[in-house]
Amino acid sequence: MRKILIAATTAILATGASLFGASAADKLKVGFIYLGPIGDLGWTYQHDIGRQAVIKEFGDKIETTYLENVSEGPDSERSIEQLARAGNKLIFTTSFGYMEPTLKVAKKYPNVHFEHATGYKRDKNLSTYSGRFYEGRYIQGIIAAKMSKSGVLGYIASFPIPEVISGINATMLGAQTINPNIKVKIIWANTWFDPGKEADAAKALIDQGADIIMQHTDSPAAMQVAAERGKLAFGQDSEMIKFGPKAQLTSTMNNWGPYYIQRVKAELDGTWKSEDFWGGLKSKLVVMAPYTNMPDDVKKLAMETEAAITEGKLQPFKCPIVGQDGKEVECKGGTHLDDGQVLGMNFYVKGIDEKIPGK
Amino acid sequence: MGLIEAIILAVLAASTPLLLAATGELVTERAGVLNLGVEGMMIVGAACGFGGAWLSGSIIVGALCGIVAGVLMSLIFALMTLGLAVNQVATGLALTILGIGLSGLIGSRFVGEKISLAPHLYVPGLTDIPLIGRILFGEDAFVYLSLALVIGVWFFLYKTRAGLILRAAGDNHASAHALGYPVLRIRMFAVMFGGACAGLAGAYLPLAYTPFFIPGMTAGRGWIALALVVFASWLPGRLVIGAYLFGAVTILQLHAQGWGVGVPSQLMSALPYLATVIVLVLISRARTGGSTAPAALGTVFVPDR
Amino acid sequence: MQLVLEKRAERSNMIALISPLIAIGMTLVTMSILFAILGKNPITALGVYFVDPLTDSYSLQEIAVKATPLVMIAIGLSFCYLANAWNIGAEGQFLIGAVAGSWLAVKTQGTDAGPWVLPAMLLLGAMGGALYALIPAICKVRFGASEILTSLMLVYVADLFLDYLVRGPWRDPKGFNFPTTAEFDPVATVPVLIEGGRLHLGGIIALVAVAAGAVLLGMTIKGFEIRVVGAAPRAARFGGFNSNQLILLTFAISGALAGMAGIIEVAGPVGHLQPGISPGYGFTAIIVAFLGRLNPVGILIAGLFLALTFIGGEQAQIAMKIPLDVTKVFQGILLFFVLACDSLILYRFKLIFASPKVSSGAH
Repeated sequence: MRKILIAATTAILATGASLFGASAADKLKVGFIYLGPIGDLGWTYQHDIGRQAVIKEFGDKIETTYLENVSEGPDSERSIEQLARAGNKLIFTTSFGYMEPTLKVAKKYPNVHFEHATGYKRDKNLSTYSGRFYEGRYIQGIIAAKMSKSGVLGYIASFPIPEVISGINATMLGAQTINPNIKVKIIWANTWFDPGKEADAAKALIDQGADIIMQHTDSPAAMQVAAERGKLAFGQDSEMIKFGPKAQLTSTMNNWGPYYIQRVKAELDGTWKSEDFWGGLKSKLVVMAPYTNMPDDVKKLAMETEAAITEGKLQPFKCPIVGQDGKEVECKGGTHLDDGQVLGMNFYVKGIDEKIPGK
Repeated sequence: MGLIEAIILAVLAASTPLLLAATGELVTERAGVLNLGVEGMMIVGAACGFGGAWLSGSIIVGALCGIVAGVLMSLIFALMTLGLAVNQVATGLALTILGIGLSGLIGSRFVGEKISLAPHLYVPGLTDIPLIGRILFGEDAFVYLSLALVIGVWFFLYKTRAGLILRAAGDNHASAHALGYPVLRIRMFAVMFGGACAGLAGAYLPLAYTPFFIPGMTAGRGWIALALVVFASWLPGRLVIGAYLFGAVTILQLHAQGWGVGVPSQLMSALPYLATVIVLVLISRARTGGSTAPAALGTVFVPDR
Repeated sequence: MQLVLEKRAERSNMIALISPLIAIGMTLVTMSILFAILGKNPITALGVYFVDPLTDSYSLQEIAVKATPLVMIAIGLSFCYLANAWNIGAEGQFLIGAVAGSWLAVKTQGTDAGPWVLPAMLLLGAMGGALYALIPAICKVRFGASEILTSLMLVYVADLFLDYLVRGPWRDPKGFNFPTTAEFDPVATVPVLIEGGRLHLGGIIALVAVAAGAVLLGMTIKGFEIRVVGAAPRAARFGGFNSNQLILLTFAISGALAGMAGIIEVAGPVGHLQPGISPGYGFTAIIVAFLGRLNPVGILIAGLFLALTFIGGEQAQIAMKIPLDVTKVFQGILLFFVLACDSLILYRFKLIFASPKVSSGAH
């Protein structure tokens, strides 16, 4: 036993030091920091599909590495720095909570390029990128109002951050174009991810009369409950038709692949610049799953709306927008709310009876 | 289906994994062993339960896989705490870490897969009775199984000699040993029973609740089960009440939001935990002469020879 | 014939020294097998886990940063556990300490408050954690409510309370509504020790806590009382020790240390208050306390060692694409082996040839 131990220890000492040096070839190293496990079927899963698209596109020219389950607390700065130290030249940090740590590490490693998803702080070597998920939600609102018999939509929300609030508002604005009296019931699950609780929330909404379920949480649990109860639902983040073949109307999917490919290409070409990218349907960062389980006229309307938004003819947050308090919201973007107003959205539009938690 | 009926059905389903896991832990603790690794055993049970059901296409095979996985995890715990007299709190926490890792490794093979859920029962005539039919005869079989299990545990603990011996081992292992009872073997079986129940409770989630496996899908239910056992002051009857109460608060806080009751959602989410603390204080206060905790709970026993 | 465990007449100091080595050896063998099954070179993998992080100053600093809260919390917990008071809610006390200290940082934000802010924050953090820990302690002493349960339940309450604050009243007004306070002012930030690194003042405070813990437990009457109450409650009662008072005291100490660890983490590595400031430190620290055998110096070593596995696990993910789950399994197995081998300090295996019943009958 002792001999084996000694042998093992010496071997470790001998090989250990040469580890990081070994693969320092001329491949471009690209790193990813994930919030959840890659098998979460939601947010992180979609980012990892984007990473795989990068591998498929560039093959041997690049090498990707990811760290999963990186909590947004004190560990994240170290995780990002570890990737930088391991020779990654382009690093994507894929959750809002990584904003300050990414900024700090970016200052320390001026020769490494960073990309932070959903944040707003930039630097010479730090870009931000995100998706205009509200565009998809607007289409969902229209479909929901068309398909709902009870006139009550059920909405499972995670946390009252602007991305979620703007999603709820876009849904209602879309729905109100069809049925001005449409109602929405909102349940805050207070989690991105707890399939059991998401399922419970979906059941509660259906039991209270909602016949269309939409969610801003990550798992397919709500879709599956809707399917079981014979109701209709929208997917979130990813294609969820498998969990509700007769229930899914469409899904607002996060399609990071094209953006990742474009940025990696820029890095390979030496043309990478710090930018703020906020892509929607037009740039294919937001993609709608096929419109299913609806009559042809609704499908046609949905596709027309999608086309109009893609071409820029239709703005989901077109002025005038009246807030919950009955006052018109200031229109900073001329004909529609400007990006800052959407990115920091903290009001409900008229027609929603509930209050934003914590407000 | 009326709203109240619907709420009761949701509460039954939400409470079942808690009840299953807590019943097993109750027996374990009654034998004097505190296994804090319920969450770890549950999540491995969930991964193996889903895997079994997905590969075989059978819910029953899935449930059995979950049970076996839970038992195997609990055997690690038994080997450590009973065989090697290691501290139970530390071992239980380590078991949870191991379980989370193992379930991730096992579950990575099944990402994105789906099974069909355990069917809801249908008893012609009975299930159609208005109001109570669906509740008493229309849930999935696990719901009723969990209740039968609690009754069985109650009967075993209080009406059989073996149950008496098990409780004796938990209250005073030295005396039980002096009387010639194999304390360690009794405890091992109790720990294994706890593991089986936790494994089944974990498997319930992908088999009967949401038909897929996702890492971390137990989301803290194992910890709640632990709390429930103490909440119930180690009595099977109170365990049922506690589990359904906890389930009810969870479901009702979702409904309250749907009704537009304007309470911060964090406060609503914190309610079950605050309620548990308050109820526990009230129960403990009302009881004169100390708690009914198994006297030897959590202590190491090494027989003298 | 059967193999049984037998209590040693006195603890074996020889085993106490070599048991961690045996445990690590066994872990290495087990993990080598697991790595081989996963198709990774075991020797390289183990090198990444255990050796590489020790070879450069960056990783060493990171190990210290990771170990700081673990050690601080575990020192406090060891007091509780020695006195047989089962505080498993250190996670909640950590969070409340972070909240209490952050209150001052938020209130003084943008004012020209002087350098008194940080010490006051640390004090508030310790007080917040101590007061929060006293809730389960008082419930225990006054009403007999199980402290295991109440302290655990209060973890979730603390978590949600923090969540409420950063999503509501304390939210950064310029932060696009995201759930975080603004970055703390420099006077409200724990200074780093080495320019460009992350090692901060908290590391020194943790070392002070280790030293203070060792002195208090080993050289004072209170420390003696704590150990007696835990080890021999009956003797303690005869000796006139007040076990209720000790429960309150040990809970307050462990709460204070956890709370201070919380505010240090927030004002140091994180820099602002937000949800998720603790990746389960309060629970991991329980394991650290036991790995360290409830001994302050042991806890320091155990905390550093566990931190090493975290850092090594991350580097293994990067260098060898070993999934995080393997690191978790690895940590679990390691903990089992260490705890199991430690058991041999107090016990030894004995092979007996007759059944125990017969032999006890013969006496």
